[in-house]
Amino acid sequence: MASYTIPHAPGFVANDAPRIVTERFDYRDSYTLGRYLATGGYEGLRAALERTPDDVHGEVRSATLLGRGGAGFPAGVKWGFCPPGVWPRYLVVNGDESEPGTYKDRLLMELDPHQLIEGCLIACYAVGLSQCFLYIRGEMAVAQERVAQALNEAYEAGWVGRNICGTDFSVDIVLHWGAGAYVVGEETALIESLEGNRGMPRLKPPYFPAAIGLYGQPTIVNNVETLANLPWILRHGAEAFTAIGTPTSPGTRMVAVSGHVQRPGVYEITNGTTTFRDLIYGEDYCGGMHPGRELKAFVPGGGSAPWFTPAQLDLPFEASEVGPQGSMLGSGAVMVMDDTTDIPAAALTLTKFYAHESCGKCVPCREGATWLERVLRRVCDGTGTPRDLDVLFEVGASICPGDFPHAAVPERGLEPKPFPYQMTTICFVGPSAFAPVHSAMTLFPEEFEARVAPNAHLDTGPSHGPASGTGPSDGPAANSISEVAIRV
Amino acid sequence: MSFFSEENRTLAREIIGRYPKRRSAMIPLLHVAQAQAGWVTEEAMVEIAELVDTTPAEVLGTCSFYEMFKREPVGKYLVNICATMSCALAGAAELMEHAEERLGVRAGGTTPDGLFTLASAECQAACTEAPCLQVNYRYRYRVDTDGFDQLVDDLAAGALDDEIPPHGVTARVRQHIPAGRAVGAVPPEAVNEPPVWIAASASNGAGSA
Repeated sequence: MASYTIPHAPGFVANDAPRIVTERFDYRDSYTLGRYLATGGYEGLRAALERTPDDVHGEVRSATLLGRGGAGFPAGVKWGFCPPGVWPRYLVVNGDESEPGTYKDRLLMELDPHQLIEGCLIACYAVGLSQCFLYIRGEMAVAQERVAQALNEAYEAGWVGRNICGTDFSVDIVLHWGAGAYVVGEETALIESLEGNRGMPRLKPPYFPAAIGLYGQPTIVNNVETLANLPWILRHGAEAFTAIGTPTSPGTRMVAVSGHVQRPGVYEITNGTTTFRDLIYGEDYCGGMHPGRELKAFVPGGGSAPWFTPAQLDLPFEASEVGPQGSMLGSGAVMVMDDTTDIPAAALTLTKFYAHESCGKCVPCREGATWLERVLRRVCDGTGTPRDLDVLFEVGASICPGDFPHAAVPERGLEPKPFPYQMTTICFVGPSAFAPVHSAMTLFPEEFEARVAPNAHLDTGPSHGPASGTGPSDGPAANSISEVAIRV
Repeated sequence: MSFFSEENRTLAREIIGRYPKRRSAMIPLLHVAQAQAGWVTEEAMVEIAELVDTTPAEVLGTCSFYEMFKREPVGKYLVNICATMSCALAGAAELMEHAEERLGVRAGGTTPDGLFTLASAECQAACTEAPCLQVNYRYRYRVDTDGFDQLVDDLAAGALDDEIPPHGVTARVRQHIPAGRAVGAVPPEAVNEPPVWIAASASNGAGSA
């Protein structure tokens, strides 16, 4: 046992919106079994155990609980993909949160680990999963400690393990931890990693590990936040869940808003109805931009998502509306850039991330992402040429042939191109390296043209990252570091 | 001579026992090895290969894929400064510049006294608290240059020894499954029928899973 106090993670901001997964976050001891039991903990599991597994599965299916990891696939439907008659089946919990801008699963693991454990148990009961592996990102030492502590408590108290609550339902939850690799968040790479291998995504089909997963067996891979919703759904019913939000995006979801806003934070928002304007400008949320600053662009769904501008602010958190407008909701991560942001440098920051995290299995990603970074870097440094801008699109087209999704640009009469894209790679890391480049160059072409103009390098100092505004443009983007970088 | 201490050997066996296949314990065992030595030595990989029933080359193959495993010694404190988007928007590049100056090494380098290794890291999931960093995977939020200097002073003086263990040790609270409560690993080859609670429900005519 730890002899020190495990530090409490900051970031969560409460407001008046309904709370499902963060309802205990206000308690300082939210992570203890005592607090959990005093606030309705394990009641969802008890309710589930009084019903048949099929019935519980049906409840989750009718809740239309969309996966919260990025793809947004309904969990109840995913559970149904296990081929009948093939046993054993496994549950793998994806706690490898590492998409740029995403900060929610770590909070759920650190602040309410029992809620996640209860969610795992409900899933195992409903689908007949014989063993659960809870894969937590390696760098999250504190989350690993909190979950380990909670599991130890739960085992002692009879909530996990053999004959749970005195029934014939028995399942072990094994805490597993990674060692630092973004691509492992992809579910088949996660399984490879859990089998002790290099974390490289598997060839598709099969598209879902529910068919062939861990050790070749049917395997459900669910995100932490997805599972954390289950206790509430079983406690209050699918009807209460779908009463929140919209029919196609019910319930709530956690969204981390970071970047140039007054009050960055992790918010639990009402799904389907809350808009980006509510989130970025609302008094209960981020409270708008810093004084005197204006919104320039924002990434709506994690680093992989194509960017939006103020023209898309009124879109709600609803996949069927965001998709046709050229992006995705992804993993609930909004990154906000104000008018001081050096757009090419911001794109470089993200592309560099994906180039670094490419696992090397697919050539278009391994080579493409690397070259996107190199070419973009010389454009940012002012040593690129106009031809480099074409090269960036050409390299991108080798990863994603055809139209790449982007937002509308009303002032230039540019219509949106809907999400998703075609891809020449197994997983989304390659396309994600191109997304920021494509967005930045489509939405702000003038900033790139200025960078590759003759003698541009004479106006451009070494690139210090997106906050440093070293661009040669005469707009507000040319501000100095000190004006830009510091939060209030 | 074996690499693992007696205590860690017992721990390794306990960890291996939880998985349907031994090889699944490879990453957790590499962490145990790194916690013991501060980095992953060749002797450790040879011994892990024996424990999980594979070859040392296979262990190296897995080990070398993952950022956290260091195959050469690093400082007692690994300072990972996040360089990804949200932190970059909040001045992570300036923080790194300051850190390089303060520690007298470039990113990737280790101070001559072996106390600090400085590194640039990718998104650490603390994006609302930018710029952030981790020391041996323990967070520091909204770090400014003064805060960084204070952190370095405190670490050097041993003032944070309680909170921040030496490099290699990640979680200090470990899972322990009490023998009387454990179900045990469920290997694929050992089972070809539904678990009892599914079978019971199906035989009552209630389910079809």
